Amino acid sequence: MIELAQVHRVFQVGDQEVHALDGVDLTIAAGEYVSLMGPSGSGKSTLLNIIGLLDRPTAGTYRLNGRDTTTLSDDEQARARSENIGFVFQFFHLVPRLTAAENVELPLVLAGRAPVDRRPMVETAIDQMGLNERAHHRPDQLSGGERQRVAIARATVMRPGVLLADEPTGNLDTTTGKEVVQIIEALHTAGMAVIVVTHDPQIGGRAERSLTMMDGRLVEDVRRRA
Amino acid sequence: MRVRDVVRLSWGTLIRTRLRTVMLLLATAIGVAAVVMLTSLGEAARRYVTAEFSSLGTNLIIVLPGRSETSGSGLTLLAGQTPRDLTVRDAIALERISAIDKVAPVVLGAASVQWGGLEREVPVFGSTASFLEIRNWSMERGQFLPPGDPERPSSVAVLGMKLKAELFGDTPAIGEWIRIGDRRFRVIGLLATEGRTIGIDVQDVAIIPVASAQQLFNTESLFRIITSTHSREDMERARDEIRRVITERHQGEEDITAVTQDAVLATFDRIFGALTLALAGIAAISLAVAGILIMNVMLVAVSQRTAEIGLLKALGAARRQIMTLFLAEAIMLSFIGAMAGLLVGQGGSWMIGRLYPVLPLGPPAWAPIAAVAIAVTSGVVFGILPARRAAALDPVEALAGR
Ligand SMILES: Nc1ncnc2c1ncn2[C@@H]1O[C@H](COP(=O)(O)OP(=O)(O)OP(=O)(O)O)[C@@H](O)[C@H]1O
Ligand SMILES: [Mg+2]
Repeated sequence: MIELAQVHRVFQVGDQEVHALDGVDLTIAAGEYVSLMGPSGSGKSTLLNIIGLLDRPTAGTYRLNGRDTTTLSDDEQARARSENIGFVFQFFHLVPRLTAAENVELPLVLAGRAPVDRRPMVETAIDQMGLNERAHHRPDQLSGGERQRVAIARATVMRPGVLLADEPTGNLDTTTGKEVVQIIEALHTAGMAVIVVTHDPQIGGRAERSLTMMDGRLVEDVRRRA
Repeated sequence: MRVRDVVRLSWGTLIRTRLRTVMLLLATAIGVAAVVMLTSLGEAARRYVTAEFSSLGTNLIIVLPGRSETSGSGLTLLAGQTPRDLTVRDAIALERISAIDKVAPVVLGAASVQWGGLEREVPVFGSTASFLEIRNWSMERGQFLPPGDPERPSSVAVLGMKLKAELFGDTPAIGEWIRIGDRRFRVIGLLATEGRTIGIDVQDVAIIPVASAQQLFNTESLFRIITSTHSREDMERARDEIRRVITERHQGEEDITAVTQDAVLATFDRIFGALTLALAGIAAISLAVAGILIMNVMLVAVSQRTAEIGLLKALGAARRQIMTLFLAEAIMLSFIGAMAGLLVGQGGSWMIGRLYPVLPLGPPAWAPIAAVAIAVTSGVVFGILPARRAAALDPVEALAGR
């Protein structure tokens, strides 16, 4: 479902060019569970952002579900993002003035879903994350683990094909981190493709497929039996 | 995105940033209130003056010494020309015009009026019996000036009620002898009318026969001649006739101005209309200022909410939607501000109306509509720049907080 061919991403910093991605070829099938590791600055986030259509390659092609994404208009790109991709970040990025349920509802609102359709979807997502008690709390009234669960509920409420998580446990202690990983794995078990960027080899080792990056290149691609 | 959701989301932001919201609402509200109140004052002045003029009487043609541009307002005197005086004989000549009903020559001056050791400096009108009817005035007591030869002086006087009260108090005044300037007059009547004419308080005047006034002020010339026609249809013809008769009497020179009440009214209407517009314009500037304020604050909001904007994009928002959200905020701010301003403006007008009951206050119908329209337009116009900036943000950088 994700096909990258010779993808480059070059940043212009002053009069210097930074090759964040340097010819990445990568294919990820539907429902795969992939971890992405590598030293800091190796291009993991950049790759994830391009897969998530938040960024465009400087060169190369990216096909999502067989469709070339480089020619999409802004509206079409937003549509594709809304329908296919869920994002989870290290710093949660919840909207502080909205309650947990309202945060989860946001993607549905942006997609223009009717309020009657939204309510059951939000309830299911909140329920799946075990947040029933916290649905009407503001982010500042939630713990770190709860916040990340709200963020995951929000990323999955549209039932996207891919969940992209950029160091989802980076801001959590080990126990809550483990909880979050289990939740993500449960989503994978339910059929969602998952790509997790992590610095933690233990977490990275749990995935069926481990990618390692170095200086903008994919240097290792290991598959293991689940 | 649904309109209801856009409004709900924007509303949520406005509520959360309460201080900011209140300040912006205030700025817009003050602008709109200023438009409403200032135009309402201008309009009140217009209505007041119009009403005053209408109360002068109907079908009037006022003859003034001096030629003027008759094309425009009929009030601008041509500079550099010393006109021939208007005289009582001119007035008598006008009485012979068939279209004209009544003629009242008027002399105006100021003199001290004395009685029983009390003295008061007031405007003194010299005129004839016709003056009362032409002016639509009425008597409280006694008689007005008796009819008769306007060229013969006579020692009778009519007083306004205030002048009477100041000099006589509760003592009956009719039949008493008073002194006006250096002459003695017998009080024969008291005016009932209240109000002002050409800026003079009608209750604080003395009226004496025109010939007596000419002696008193040692002048042959009249302040003006007021004439009335039988009907409204006669106005044009009467005015032409007046010009012809006076020109004939003044050795072929048309050195007078005949002003119809309509022309005066139209002039004042135009002057005050322009005044109201000017006031509205000044007030509208404050609306533009409010718009710029909204733009500034929205720009700050964009930089404060960068991460949130990036997030919305990650959640599937297109540029267009981000723009809509920020524009909606600016428009809601200016619209609510405008509504608050309308309330304040109407309230302010009402209060001024209570303080100065003579002013017929109330903004012209276009003013509140225009004020709200300008406020909301400025919200849109000045909201576009911040909204575009928000929409153009790179989501990756926005999320990274770079
Ligand atoms: N917007 C940008 N402008 C300039 N350089 C950038 C930008 N984004 C990333 N880079 C550079 O690209 C390279 C890869 O960055 P990226 O964020 O993808 O690394 P990463 O593997 O996610 O690192 P980390 O593990 O620290 O998150 C880095 O050298 C970084 O400095
Ligand atoms: Mg990174």
